[in-house]
Amino acid sequence: MAATPDSGALDTFPRLLMHHARVRGDRPAMREKDLGIWQTWTWADVAEETQALACGLAELGFKRGDRLAIVGDNRPRLYGAMLAAQMLGGIPVPMYQDAVAAEMVFVLQDAGIHVAIVEDQEQVDKLLEVKDQCPELLHIIYDEPRGMRHYTQTFLHGFEEVVAAGRIHNRNQPDFIAQEIAQGKSADVSVMLYTSGTTGKPKGVCQSHHAFISAARGGSEFDGLRDTDEILSYLPMAWVGDHLFSIAQAIYAGFTVNCPESGDTVMTDLREIGPTYYFAPPRVFENMLTQVMIRMEDAGAIKRGMFHYFMDVAKRCGSEILDGKPVSTADRLLYALGTLLVYGPLRNVLGMSRIRVAYTAGAAIGPDLFRFYRSIGINLKQLYGQTETCAYVCLQPDRQIKFDSVGKPAPGVEIKIAANGEILVKGPMLLTEYYKRPEATAEAINAEGYFMTGDAGFLDHEGHLKIIDRAKDVGKLSGGAVFAPNYIENKLKFFQYIKEAVCFGHDRDMVCAFINIDMGAVGNWAERRHIAYAGYTDLACKAEVQELIRECVEKVNVELAADDMVADTQVHRFLILHKELDPDDDELTRTRKVRRGFVAEKYAVLIAALYEGKTSQFIETEVKFEDGRRGKVAADLRIVEAATLARTTAAAMGTA
Amino acid sequence: MARQIGEVILDLRNISLRFGGVKALSDISFDVREHEIRAIIGPNGAGKSSMLNVINGVYRPQEGEIIFHGEHRRDMNTHAAAAAGIARTFQNIALFKGMSVLDNLMAGRNLKMKSHFIQHALWWGPAKREELENRKKVEEVIDFLEIEHIRKTPVGRLPYGLQKRVELGRALAAEPKMLLLDEPMAGMNVEEKQDMCRFILDVNDQFGTTIVLIEHDMGVVMDISDRVVVLDYGRKIGDGVPDEVKNNPEVISAYLGTQH
Repeated sequence: MAATPDSGALDTFPRLLMHHARVRGDRPAMREKDLGIWQTWTWADVAEETQALACGLAELGFKRGDRLAIVGDNRPRLYGAMLAAQMLGGIPVPMYQDAVAAEMVFVLQDAGIHVAIVEDQEQVDKLLEVKDQCPELLHIIYDEPRGMRHYTQTFLHGFEEVVAAGRIHNRNQPDFIAQEIAQGKSADVSVMLYTSGTTGKPKGVCQSHHAFISAARGGSEFDGLRDTDEILSYLPMAWVGDHLFSIAQAIYAGFTVNCPESGDTVMTDLREIGPTYYFAPPRVFENMLTQVMIRMEDAGAIKRGMFHYFMDVAKRCGSEILDGKPVSTADRLLYALGTLLVYGPLRNVLGMSRIRVAYTAGAAIGPDLFRFYRSIGINLKQLYGQTETCAYVCLQPDRQIKFDSVGKPAPGVEIKIAANGEILVKGPMLLTEYYKRPEATAEAINAEGYFMTGDAGFLDHEGHLKIIDRAKDVGKLSGGAVFAPNYIENKLKFFQYIKEAVCFGHDRDMVCAFINIDMGAVGNWAERRHIAYAGYTDLACKAEVQELIRECVEKVNVELAADDMVADTQVHRFLILHKELDPDDDELTRTRKVRRGFVAEKYAVLIAALYEGKTSQFIETEVKFEDGRRGKVAADLRIVEAATLARTTAAAMGTA
Repeated sequence: MARQIGEVILDLRNISLRFGGVKALSDISFDVREHEIRAIIGPNGAGKSSMLNVINGVYRPQEGEIIFHGEHRRDMNTHAAAAAGIARTFQNIALFKGMSVLDNLMAGRNLKMKSHFIQHALWWGPAKREELENRKKVEEVIDFLEIEHIRKTPVGRLPYGLQKRVELGRALAAEPKMLLLDEPMAGMNVEEKQDMCRFILDVNDQFGTTIVLIEHDMGVVMDISDRVVVLDYGRKIGDGVPDEVKNNPEVISAYLGTQH
C-alpha cells in the first residue's frame, strides 16, 4: 500500500483529493445507501464531480474567500460541496440541519453567506422563510429535487443543473480549476464551524487547512488509519468531530466514508457496513447496551445463562486481554470460547465485528459502560478536544486505557495546567481566529499562544489528562484543596441508583452532597427486597435506601482517596432530597443540567443543616405539577454520615 | 396549484345496490376527473365503502351504469379494475402480517410480473430480471414513503400508523392511475394524520394519481380534496367543492350537525 502523503505539496484538502484520485482512483471514497443499495463513488468520481461542482459554483459567482453554507444530513454530495468550496479558495460553513429557521439567521448573517447548498425541500423552505432577513443570500442549491417542481424562484438551482453547467465550464476552460487549486495555501481557512453558543452568541471558529491536516495526520498515525478503513458518518456535519473524521482524516488517510440511508436506519446500516473505525457519543453506546440487555431478558434460559456466564468471564479478563496484560491460560481459553459463543455474535449484532478503533467523547462515560465494550473486545477509547482545537487534544493510546482520563496529549500537542487548574493547549491544530471577533480571539488565546479551554483538569503521574470540571465551577475548600463539584457528581451518578447529585464545598471545610435517587432503579431494588413504599418522597426516606446510597458514596470516597488531586474532597455528609430536581421548578436547565446557584439558595436550610452537624432537618417545598397545579412536598430528611479515608497513593484504583 | 385536473375518467350513473331488502345505495350519480382528489363523506352506514366496492368491482350494482375511460359497462370486475390501474387500501388493514414490509410491497407488484412461477422458483432467466426491475420500483416507493428503516420488519410488529402507510405503499407499488383509499387516517394521531395527508398530496402531485378517498376527519377532507360527494342512508345529498358542501344545509343537518 502506498504510504500516506506527507510531502509539502499536499498541504490543502483539494490537493489531497486530487492526489487520491491519481494514486487510488478506483478505490471507494464514499458510499451512500440509496434505493436499498449501497452506491459507491470512487476517489476519481469524487474528484471529477467535485471539480464540476466547483466550476458550477464559479459560474454562480462564488469566488475566493466566499463562504458556502451547507445544510443537510450526511451525504456524499454535501461532503463534496465542502471540497468544491475549498477548491475555489472558499470556506465551507456546515450548519446544523435540525436547527429551526430562526436559529439559522444568525449564522447566515454573521458569515455573510451568498450561496447555500442544502439537502432537500425542507431546508429550502427554512431558508426561504428567513431570506428577507438575509439579503446577502443570493443562491440556494438543493440536492434532492423531490417536491421542488413548483418552486419557480430563479435563485433556486438543482444540484444536477449546477454540476452540468460546471462540466461545460470545465470543458471551455480546462485549466481553470487546476489553477484555482494551485492558488490555495495551507494557511487559508479551510472551514468555519460555529460553536454551539451555550454561552452567548455562537462564534465562527476559523480553522486552516494546516490545522485540520495536522490534526488528521496526528490522529491517523496515532491509530494507524489506512485507506482500507471504513467509517459510518451519521453525526451532524456541522460538528467538529464529524469534520475531523469524515473529511480531514478520511481525505488525509484515504479511507471510505459511508453515509446512512436515513437517520432511522443508522443501526441497520452500521451492521451492513461493519466499520473499522467508529465514533459515537456515550449515549449511543448506552442505548445499544440497553437494547442488548432488554433482548437478553427476553431470551431463553440457556442463552441467558450462557450470556451471563461469559459476561462474567469478560468482566474478569476481557479488558486485560485487550490491553495485553498477563492473564491465566484457563481464562484465556474461556475467553476464546466466549468469543466463539457470545462476544463474536454480540459484536456482529452491534455492527462492531470489524472495529479496530472506536472513540467516544463529548460527555463523561460511565466506567461500567466503558468496560462492557472493552471487555467484549471492542477497542473503545476516549478523546478530548474542542471546536477550537479540531477536536484534537488528547487521545487514549492503545493498551493504556484509564476510564477516568481522556488519555495523553496527542502528537504535536502541548498541554499546560494553569494555576487555577485550567487546561491550556498549544499546537498546530489551534484556530486561526473567531470570525470577525478579534476580541474573543484575544480572550481565548493568551500571550504565550496557548488556547484556554475553559476546562479544569490535571495530568496524572503517567501523563494522562483527567478532566475534572468546567474551570468556572471549580472552587476551593477552606483548607485550600481544589474542589471540582462536577467530577465528584459524575462519579456519584455513574451508580445506577443515583440520578442526580449536587456537591457543595467552596469555602467550606468539607464536601457535602444532595442526592436524587433514580426512581426506576431504586424502586426495582426495593421491590425485590419487599420494601413497600408510596412514591418518591417515601422511598427516599427509607433507612434501607439511605444505607444503599451511603455504600455508593463510600465507594466514591475510596476512588477519590486514591487520587492526590481530589483526595481531600471526599463526601463527608449527604442527604437524599425529598423531591426530584425538576426543570419545571427551575432547579435544572432544559438540558437537565443542575442550576447550582439556584439550588443552593432554595435549599439553604438543608445546606446549613449539613454543615451544622444536625442529624435531620424538616423541609417543605412548593412544587409545580405538569398540569400547572401547585402542591407542597414536606419531609423530615435524615442527614447521613459517610465514611472517608485517609489519602492513599495507590494509583491502581483508577485503571480500567 | 400546478397539477391540471383533466377530463372525467370515471362516471357513475344512477347506481343502486341492494343486499336483499337492504338498500345500500340508491340512484347515486357522480363522476371523478383525472388527477383530482375526490372525497366521499357521510355518517356511518351511509354507503361509502359500498361505493368504493362498486368502483373496483367487488360489488355489482343491480341498477346503473359505469363509464370508465369512455367505456360503458354495467359493472366493473375486480381483475379488470386492477388491470386498468385501480388500486385500493382498506378500512381494516389487509396486509400479510407475517411478511416483511418489502415482501408486502412486492406482492403489490404481482400484476406486473409476467414470467412463469417455475422460472420464479428457479430464479432463472427473465424471472430474475423481472424481480430486479420490480424491486427497484418497490424501493422507490419505500423511499417515497420514508419507510427505509422498517424495510425488513414483519408488518405485524409495526405500530398501526406505520401499517397504514405500508398499505398505501402496497397500493402505490402497483403504480395505479386511480387510488381508492378507505379511511386512510382512521385511528391515527395528529402527527400521523399530517404525515398521511402529505403523502396523499405528494402522490397526487408527483405521479398525477387520481385519488378517491373516504374520510371522517372533516378538517382533512376539506383541506385536501378538490371535490366532495356526501352520502346519507345510501342517497347522495351533496356534491361539489369543499366550500359549497360545507354550506349545503342538508349536509349540515345530516352530517355536520344542525346549526342552532
